[in-house]
Amino acid sequence: MTNSPNLVTPAGAHPFPHSHLLGLAGLQPWEMLYLLDEAEQWVELNRGAGRQSGNGAGKHDNRLAGLTQINAFFENSTRTLLSFEIAGKRLGADVVNLGVSGSSVKKGETLLDTALTLSAMHPDVIVIRHGSSGAVQLIAEKMGCPVLNAGDGRHEHPTQALLDALTIRRRKGRIEGLTVAICGDILHSRVARSNFQLLAALGAKVRVVAPPTLLPPHVDQLGVDAYTSMDEGLKGVDVVMMLRLQTERMDGAYVPSTREYFRFFGLTEERLRHAAPGVLVMHPGPMNRGVEIDGSIADDIVRSAVTEQVEMGVAVRMACLDVLTRSRRGVAGWPPIGAAA
Amino acid sequence: MKAIAITGARVIDPDSGFDAMATVLLRDRFVAAVGDIAVPAGAEIIDATGLVLAPGLIDAGVFRAEPAACHAGGITRVVLMPDQRPPLDDPALVAFAQSMGKPGVWVHPLVAATRDLAGHELAEIGLGQAAGAVGAATGRSAIASSAVMHRLLAYSRAFDMTVVSHAEDAALTAGAVATEGAYATRLGLAAAPAFAESLAIARDIRLAEATGARLHLRQVTTAEGLELVRQAKARGLPISAGVTPAYWLLNETAVAEFRSFARLSPPLRSDEDRRAVEAAIGDGTISVIASGHDPRSQEKKRLPFADAWPGMAGAETLLALALSLVRNGTLSLAAALKTMTAAPAALFRLPGGTLAKGAPADIMLFDEHAPWRIAGDRFIGASNTPFDGIPVAGRVRMTIKGGEIVWRA
Repeated sequence: MTNSPNLVTPAGAHPFPHSHLLGLAGLQPWEMLYLLDEAEQWVELNRGAGRQSGNGAGKHDNRLAGLTQINAFFENSTRTLLSFEIAGKRLGADVVNLGVSGSSVKKGETLLDTALTLSAMHPDVIVIRHGSSGAVQLIAEKMGCPVLNAGDGRHEHPTQALLDALTIRRRKGRIEGLTVAICGDILHSRVARSNFQLLAALGAKVRVVAPPTLLPPHVDQLGVDAYTSMDEGLKGVDVVMMLRLQTERMDGAYVPSTREYFRFFGLTEERLRHAAPGVLVMHPGPMNRGVEIDGSIADDIVRSAVTEQVEMGVAVRMACLDVLTRSRRGVAGWPPIGAAA
Repeated sequence: MKAIAITGARVIDPDSGFDAMATVLLRDRFVAAVGDIAVPAGAEIIDATGLVLAPGLIDAGVFRAEPAACHAGGITRVVLMPDQRPPLDDPALVAFAQSMGKPGVWVHPLVAATRDLAGHELAEIGLGQAAGAVGAATGRSAIASSAVMHRLLAYSRAFDMTVVSHAEDAALTAGAVATEGAYATRLGLAAAPAFAESLAIARDIRLAEATGARLHLRQVTTAEGLELVRQAKARGLPISAGVTPAYWLLNETAVAEFRSFARLSPPLRSDEDRRAVEAAIGDGTISVIASGHDPRSQEKKRLPFADAWPGMAGAETLLALALSLVRNGTLSLAAALKTMTAAPAALFRLPGGTLAKGAPADIMLFDEHAPWRIAGDRFIGASNTPFDGIPVAGRVRMTIKGGEIVWRA
């Protein structure tokens, strides 16, 4: 499945014929690449180099001016919410955030009623995070506007995988042919699931490394190789992606303690020597220094791409917001929603 | 009361093995005669040419008795699970439950095996039986403590009661909404291994063997679990197994796109297990087929998969789905009907499920080949079916309960 992925958009195919971005499963490789390519321009703009918009100077573009973007986060988030908010504002959208505490969910309103309420406010794009796998898809079916999944349960977190891919591509120049090890709590991770889809589609070889209690059952059937030893799993890899281990899972439920975890599954200088020269270290954040990653590796600007990932996050989300709202903005070549597959 | 003569039907009585074109005469709420008989003067004649006549179905395990839905499905008696609000852990509640369906559908309640179905203290199952319970059940979940289960099975012998058990290891399945597998992993659903079932079955069979209790496993859905039941039956133990149609017709792929209507308990299994269920029905390891009728409102089902309530409406589709076993050669028509009539009647010692002279006049007439498409929004009762849109054959044309025609289509 990692052999010669179809990376080129076939003649006549629309670059992104989807109304929503609910996950990476079901996207064609060239559609993923299209989003990455689109994100490149926003990296430049965000760095302050691009003054391409007629309306604003510096980090601003007005193509989403007049559109309303709702960030509905039914699960706590700081980084992703901030990233989506900045992405929307840099494109000129009117961004509104709805947090769990400010919503009627706590008052017993069903999720579908909340969806209908949000829909009635005529947003032009809605970004949703929810603690239940499949919840974003359920809401999307009731919304009259594009829906972006900002993480649903253990299912998918597509923009995170896209920003990871953009980071890798900018650092390594390619994704195809690389070996990527994803290490840590794979079982509960939507980031890992989205990355399986994306990295395999783009031709990387994916390994997962974790204690057996944190490996999802039958994960090998998802096209990844599973390891339970860090030294084995890191052998010759080009990229190491560390995942955050939730503290509530370290008190004996899945692993006995943080110190035992760090001793056998933490990323240390010594372990990293098994990887290929020039290995890139990534982490979706927030990091637990001394639990899953040694502080000195995280701070090493040559090998660590952690802050770059955050930077790419804004660019990727700008690209997604732009692409998904094109049909309602009447951009030539982007048929109205409903006409798209 | 006027006599009813039903003529022209193929009459199948799975209890006696009778299967022939015959006339059935009903009088005073009972079966008066079956065979090549003269229609007495003054009897109401029902022409059932082209239809099959069988005893009214006994649905051995529903969570709610919906009379209208039952009648549309040819069901005249239901065995009611104790998972009510409040749970049927008190003889007065059992007595009330028993009375609530009459006269249209007779409800045969199962008394809760433990207080509040919590799995800790034995409920008054002897008084429950005296109040009309036909068995004791652990409810939707297994009794986690082996000690409590052991005492329950031992105690049940004093009343010669069948204990109905939900066989899933409680700790392994805590929080799980799917069966472990590539499918659940891909969707990011909390999953429990399929062997959570065989683990529980192995324990329950061993405890039943140690105590001599009569044990009915309401749903056995895995190849491993079925093999344990097969071996236990071969040893001559009084153990029986049941199932509902979802487990031989659907597999784990039905939850694709997070279809919460396919969220069931136990969760849907691999296709290998699905095929094992079908084979076990064919060889008699599974002897009882029930609907598991579990009405849920759309609000309780249209939720994110893990938050949706488990369960499916099954009364109206039970016969048509069971007939799929006849069409694919798993069972003869008589054997398929037996799993829903004589078999549950024998298990729970119920009247009905037979056309013997003097039996209650509970009758179902159906067109074995009439095609239709399952559409939840056209159901008479609850609409939460995972089979929405599926074409089936076999339609109930008339249901007679205690000599009264209660459904005609």
